[in-house]
Amino acid sequence: MDLTLKVWRQKNAKTKGHFETYQVKNISEGSSFLEMLDILNEQLVQEGIDPVAVEKGCQSSGPVSFDHDCREGICGACSLYINGRAHGPDDEVTTCQLHMRKFKDGDTITIEPWRSAGFPVIKDLVVDRGAFDKILQAGGFISVRTGGVPDANAIPIAKEKADESMDAAACIGCGACVATCKNGSAMLFVAARVSSLALLPQGKIEGARRAKAMVAKMDELGFGNCTNTRACEMECPKHITVSHIARLNREFLCAKFQD
Amino acid sequence: MASTLNSKIPEGPLAEKWSKHKAGIRVVTPGNKRKLDIIVIGTGLGGASAAASLGELGYNVKVFCISDSPRRAHSIAAQGGINAAKNYQNDNDSVYRLFYETIKGGDYRSREANVYRLAEVSNNIIDQCVAQGVPFAREYGGLLANRSFGGATVSRTFYARGQTGQQLLLGAYAALNRQVAAGTVKSYPRHEMLDVVIVNGEAKGIIARNLVTGAIERFGAHAVVIASGGYGNTYFLSTNAMNSNGSAAWQCYKKGAFFANPCFAQIHPTCIPVHGEQQSKLTLMSESLRNDGRIWVPKKLEDVAKLRKHEIKPSQIPEEDRDYYLERRYPAFGNLVPRDVASRAAKERCDAGFGVNETGLAVFLDFKTAIDRLGEDKIRERYGNLFQMYEKITAVNPYKEPMMIYPAIHYTMGGLWVDYNLQTTVPGLYAIGEANFSDHGGNRLGASALMQGLADGYFILPYTIGHFKDGPVNTQTPEFEAAEKAVKDKIEKLFSIKGKRTVDSIHKELGHIMWEHVGMARNEEGLKEGIKLIQALKKEFWSNVFVPGSNFEFNQELEKALRLADFLEIGELMARDALNRRESCGGHFREESQTEDGETKRDDENYMYVAAWEYKGEDVEPELTKEPLVYENIKIATRNYKD
Repeated sequence: MDLTLKVWRQKNAKTKGHFETYQVKNISEGSSFLEMLDILNEQLVQEGIDPVAVEKGCQSSGPVSFDHDCREGICGACSLYINGRAHGPDDEVTTCQLHMRKFKDGDTITIEPWRSAGFPVIKDLVVDRGAFDKILQAGGFISVRTGGVPDANAIPIAKEKADESMDAAACIGCGACVATCKNGSAMLFVAARVSSLALLPQGKIEGARRAKAMVAKMDELGFGNCTNTRACEMECPKHITVSHIARLNREFLCAKFQD
Repeated sequence: MASTLNSKIPEGPLAEKWSKHKAGIRVVTPGNKRKLDIIVIGTGLGGASAAASLGELGYNVKVFCISDSPRRAHSIAAQGGINAAKNYQNDNDSVYRLFYETIKGGDYRSREANVYRLAEVSNNIIDQCVAQGVPFAREYGGLLANRSFGGATVSRTFYARGQTGQQLLLGAYAALNRQVAAGTVKSYPRHEMLDVVIVNGEAKGIIARNLVTGAIERFGAHAVVIASGGYGNTYFLSTNAMNSNGSAAWQCYKKGAFFANPCFAQIHPTCIPVHGEQQSKLTLMSESLRNDGRIWVPKKLEDVAKLRKHEIKPSQIPEEDRDYYLERRYPAFGNLVPRDVASRAAKERCDAGFGVNETGLAVFLDFKTAIDRLGEDKIRERYGNLFQMYEKITAVNPYKEPMMIYPAIHYTMGGLWVDYNLQTTVPGLYAIGEANFSDHGGNRLGASALMQGLADGYFILPYTIGHFKDGPVNTQTPEFEAAEKAVKDKIEKLFSIKGKRTVDSIHKELGHIMWEHVGMARNEEGLKEGIKLIQALKKEFWSNVFVPGSNFEFNQELEKALRLADFLEIGELMARDALNRRESCGGHFREESQTEDGETKRDDENYMYVAAWEYKGEDVEPELTKEPLVYENIKIATRNYKD
């Protein structure tokens, strides 16, 4: 199929970006969306850099930068806003799992980076999600050292609880929830971690402290508040539900009462 | 004759070696640990667990990864599970049995002492992960569940749906985050190590490129730990992540660290087949699927022809016209033979004309029997995410029609040579996880990579990392100066070529050469031809590549070019090693050395050694040193998965 692409180009965090239009031809419907971008980039490299454009700071030629790595939907690196939806038009997939059979010959596709105050653009479609690391560093762990822990079967956990914990732990930290939220809130991301650990006896112990520390860090880093629109849940490629936000709120309230 | 290698295997009975060795290690006092800096390259299971554990002990750790976050390391993509000798199933598992099956699975080309230690600490790993909050699969009674994996006689694999690697990595990453918060570890995401700096024969730091700004920076330390994974992407198409590369390990090789068994690459039998020339990545379907999936091709060539023309569906082929070739050839292990055996058997059927897709390079993995026996819900619970992934990629519903699979490059058993302390031949330079060579011999068993990465990082390296003279490491020395200049010159050279070929087009060509000549079946003539082709392609790269943009920006084409420069050299060493090893063993199949029924034929008399290669300079043949493998506890046998 032949496609028209409108791609966001931005040299770096300091410059202004703009949309650039490209044509790609003979894309197989079995290709993934990122393979289609690989083909675009091969084309752009072969065309060479336009030195005048580069000098002006609006790199309108040369390959498009985008984050990607595992290409099987688990590393969370890929992060594109495609035709106004995080990870594109398919449900419960990351961009790397999106296949071109979801598009039609002659389509125009608009590709943007995540847009959120918490995720500044590094270049083109690449954003800085370092804030997620910082939130997890604030408390997204169980405080155990290596060694000196009990036998694994000394901590029985009801299968249902373990399964529910796993549902939340499936979060890949891609940031689609933040990018989709009109408030730029990271509640679903925070809730997934807090809830996953709070459901387990070994994580329950410091649950309240964890919830408080992570929420405080999220606020400090400029993410917005949750107003229950549930847009995050709709776009989460791993189908993490807002029920985990409810659990986060419970943990958070417990922490407040303990204060 | 080259210098002999000292593997530093402790004396004494096998089961006591590790505890005796630990007892003999002089411990660095807490006050002195604070004065020691350690650099860790990579944040997969090995790197993250090592950095976290070393930080907890009080060392100053700097950890580097090329991704935007440590959590993206490719360990995250491991699906099926992690082995441990817990014997929770009461099926007579033990440390010895796990050790024995790992040695046998590796086709008797790994060290007894290392593998025994690996099996010994395997149980601690499961305990550690549960304490960290890893949500492993559980039985209704609340205790941990297990599944079976290839090459094992017992059910010893712990798992978290089809996302075990993700959950273990999130556990190690959480431990790492805790140390970052505590200030013992400093994290450097989006930084790529481009050289190791050796001062007076010891590793004293690295040169790294800040991938956002392009700045070339110096980092000093008392020890450097390489945990950067394997070099499977030499083949271009593999199940590795797009950014996985062999460059960190390769710089160590070029600075004097020996590289061991480079030709041992694992070809995984259950990957989604190649769909066309536009493909940039292959997707793995977990080995755990072979617990319930049955592998087959049609018995009749006319059915194959109809399948390729889409005239019939695979489900329409009657039972009696199907060839379940693994069950036929290997009655004892059936669909659960080790990966190398399953891969070659698929190739054999496809070479004979029975491949089931348009390219003729695919076999079926069928769940019908299991769905009839257990119901669709049970299968969904076990493999739901894998089935979903398969359907998203291929648009075929695997609950209704069988999956199509074909072998692909997945893991490299070879890597930096290390002694029992996981130290390379360069003092102060360590290698852990897939980056080293030590535990898997000629073939790694499923669910053992996660085990090794975490064993090295949590429980071995923190003990064996040695004593170093403290005092600040000075990065303003001629050695750092020279290393930095070499890196800058190399980058400048790449930009200056301004040729006509894209990096990817050359990488694809390398991949074709590797798959054709250093792939699933190798022979002398093909390997020699392969070496010639790789050398010519290397020349082509250095005279005709085009790298756009500049160094002083986020530049993914430059990143790829630097990695490809190393893949071209790694590929050549792989071919050389494969040429030297005139035997078949594990994943390395030399056509000249096979049994009458096409199985691998080892040559224990001449090749029971680790082949360790030493860099001798640009365009000079590397020198081979052999570390003999001695089996004191295991009786060497022909690997038999038939009965």
